[in-house]
Amino acid sequence: MGESRTTAQDLVTWRYALLLLVLALLCLVLLARAVDLQILHKDFLQLQGDARHLRTMAIPTHRGMIKDRTGQPLAISSPVESLWAHPANLLDSGADLGELADLLGVDREALMQRLDDRRDREFMYLRRQASPAVAEQAMALGLPGVAVQREYRRFYPSGEIVGHLLGFTDIDDRGLEGMEYAYESWLRGTPGSKRVLRDRLGRTIADVEQLREPRPGRDLQLSIDRRLQFLAYRELKSAVQNNSARGGSLVLLDTRSGEVLAMVNQPAFNPNNRRQLSGNAHRNRAVVDAWEPGSTIKPFTVAAALEAGIADADTILNTHPGSMRVGRHTITDVRDFGKIDLTTLISKSSNIGAAKLALELPDETLWNLLAGLGFGRTTGSGYPGESAGALAAQAPRSSVERATLSFGYGLSATPLQLAQAYAAIASGGELKPVSFVSVDEPVKGTRVMRRETADALMAMMEAAVEPGGTATRAAVDGYRLAGKTGTVRKSMAGGYSSDHYVAWFAGVGPVSDPRLAMVIMLDEPGGQAYYGGQIAAPVFGQVMAGAMRLMNIPPDARPDEPPPSLTAMRGEEP
Amino acid sequence: MADASLVDQRMTRVQRHLHLDGQLLTALALLSGVGLAILYSASNQDMAELQRQLIRLGLAFAAMVAIAQVPPETLQRWTPWVFLAGLVMLVLVLLVGTYGKGAQRWLGFGPVRFQPAELMKLAIPMMVAWYLSRRPLPPSFSQVLVALFMTATPTALIILQPDLGTAVLVTAAGLFVVFLAGLRWRVLIGALLAIVAAIPVFWMFLMHEYQKQRVLTLFDPERDPLGAGYHIIQSTIAIGSGGVYGKGWLNGTQSQLQFLPERNTDFIFAVFSEEFGLVGVVQLLVLYLFIICRGLYIACQAQDNFSRLLAGSLALTFFVYVFVNVGMVSGLIPVVGLPLPLISYGGTSMVTLMAAFGILMSVHTHRRMWSS
Repeated sequence: MGESRTTAQDLVTWRYALLLLVLALLCLVLLARAVDLQILHKDFLQLQGDARHLRTMAIPTHRGMIKDRTGQPLAISSPVESLWAHPANLLDSGADLGELADLLGVDREALMQRLDDRRDREFMYLRRQASPAVAEQAMALGLPGVAVQREYRRFYPSGEIVGHLLGFTDIDDRGLEGMEYAYESWLRGTPGSKRVLRDRLGRTIADVEQLREPRPGRDLQLSIDRRLQFLAYRELKSAVQNNSARGGSLVLLDTRSGEVLAMVNQPAFNPNNRRQLSGNAHRNRAVVDAWEPGSTIKPFTVAAALEAGIADADTILNTHPGSMRVGRHTITDVRDFGKIDLTTLISKSSNIGAAKLALELPDETLWNLLAGLGFGRTTGSGYPGESAGALAAQAPRSSVERATLSFGYGLSATPLQLAQAYAAIASGGELKPVSFVSVDEPVKGTRVMRRETADALMAMMEAAVEPGGTATRAAVDGYRLAGKTGTVRKSMAGGYSSDHYVAWFAGVGPVSDPRLAMVIMLDEPGGQAYYGGQIAAPVFGQVMAGAMRLMNIPPDARPDEPPPSLTAMRGEEP
Repeated sequence: MADASLVDQRMTRVQRHLHLDGQLLTALALLSGVGLAILYSASNQDMAELQRQLIRLGLAFAAMVAIAQVPPETLQRWTPWVFLAGLVMLVLVLLVGTYGKGAQRWLGFGPVRFQPAELMKLAIPMMVAWYLSRRPLPPSFSQVLVALFMTATPTALIILQPDLGTAVLVTAAGLFVVFLAGLRWRVLIGALLAIVAAIPVFWMFLMHEYQKQRVLTLFDPERDPLGAGYHIIQSTIAIGSGGVYGKGWLNGTQSQLQFLPERNTDFIFAVFSEEFGLVGVVQLLVLYLFIICRGLYIACQAQDNFSRLLAGSLALTFFVYVFVNVGMVSGLIPVVGLPLPLISYGGTSMVTLMAAFGILMSVHTHRRMWSS
């Protein structure tokens, strides 16, 4: 018994030694593995770990504000929440999506189908730009894989009043039209980025570090005056409605600086409501569409004659008997004006008078002046899609073309171009660049005609607004205004229409110290009245009256004119 | 000095009286403390979970203390009956057991659920030790075959459940007894060769598809990164990104951000490694090693063959526990569902484990004076 015990004891003992050796070896294996992972592969594995829970996320930032010249906001970005989901996480959680579907206003089955279709993706929008209340309720459901993301949505407090000019942005807040598009890089903010800790379900647990400071977009101050814009909008809209016109445009320029103070079109659109965007309504016709300007060109015909020295204040033109043959065409006036001077040519708007002047001029004189005034090329305002209008590439040779050009056919212009040309008359013959953003005066212009010529034109155009002229309805009590009407047969397929018109009025004021130039265009008025002097001139008068009051422009009417208003009297005090 | 030795003697007397081993108890308590701390982190500071674990630990320590009071001779007398009862219950499990996690492992007695396989972790080494210690050592070849049969029968029943992790443990426990009883070199080497030869057969005919996947995944976790390989990829990342010093308690990103699956149960070692780094891993392994060595020391000091074989087997099984879990979590061996002893969250296995330590303490504290 004792002997066998000893043997067993010995056996057990060397076995224990062997065992301990094996144990030690196995422990070393575990240790080696730990060293392998925690020292040798540490960097790689840490990187792998980081790749799983560290995410670089954009810090959204807002777009710059667009303000009017007085600092009133025209476009602002306000924070909204977009709801998104990790499709697989949300579906696999087995949570009931009924409540979420109700919140989103969608069918539960449809939502699940949509999620399932995107199962292999990591991101799916549930609802973009949800109202804060909806976002909060959705998050309160506590569904796994659902998260919110801050975004910014553009709001336009003035709605359709400034719609055309500002344009709009897409759902990602990128400018698509108008100023929003033109100044995209200025307005657009640079999103920052940060590193965040995210868990397996994609929930952000904590911010680790900020990598780049978000840089909000810069604010943009436009030359627009919101009050003038509203005034112009109201008057143009009622004119278009009252005259059943297809559309209309109005441009108001500061003649000293070339700044656009107001620009409106009809039909208008509301940039806040992107669902109603239709092709035509959001065209800023004042800049992107060109029409034949008709009689509004006549002052430049007279200017060309004055500049060329073929006519002066004493020149008398015989327009009897009210029609004139040029080649195979007949040019007519509305009636027989008889023998007229240049002032009457403008105030009564004689086509024959204009044509006679043009035919006496050398071929290229009028064309040169019009080209110099900017017709046929864009104003350089920077408005996206601006039209250059059309002016023949070189001076017309044929007498018919020269004659028709003199009363505004055979070329086309945008309302903005025409306003710029009229502003040049108002500023003594200097053509100034137009601008949609505030500029510092004084603005250097290009001389396109002599000061004397411009002054003479001002006097002639003032006569058109005075009794006996075509534009008496443009008159404003207490102010001296100058302008020119235009009524154009629309060019249609196969020639000129006999019952589709474009009514124009272009004018400046006040005459003694011009500050404003305005162009009104009404497209296809559908009522009985269609002459520019009948339907466009009143808009000019209304808007001018309001604009001069809002801008504190002192009345300059002569003493023999109707009694001046209170403001006028105050303005005349020494 | 004299005072100190007096205190020492008094301590030893107290320990003998309570039938507890101070060193083992200290190490186990320390391990449990570490376990609670890391569980607190792994469960995302879930106090309720911590409380449940604390209750389990209390029960397990109580079981240990209770078993420690039973002298080895009494255990030896009970052994055949315990083994028999275990076998019967294993058969019952297959017939009327409840399903859970794709396996039939539980027997319900009213509100109490019980895993008979857990009992086998103790019953098999007890039975083999009982059988072999009644005959002269080393055992004859036929005796070894009988011992292997005693191990294989319950193992087969456990594999049928299926419960691979426990099957590995009980097999190891039985084989350790045979090995410690004195296996001849020829037999040992022959057995090793037989195992190597059996691997292909095992692979082709006996392994479940999911088990094959686990093995294949071990060699190339990227072959199915979102499926079978997911656990291993996430846990190696967790361990490796801990580096030398770790990310600090409660700061492990892999675990705190829930990338690591089963982080409070089988894969809790990855949480520990991520938060305490290589330094922590070495300390933890040293603590485990100390417990195992203390167990082997107790086995060496045992006065009869039954006690010695049983104690040695239990200590080595504990090592298998640790090695399999750590090896699995760090991607050395295929994924086998075994918890990290005393640290993973979980119930039955902890009671069995502590009962085993109760046996070790019993063996050590019931020695007759004439031996030392």
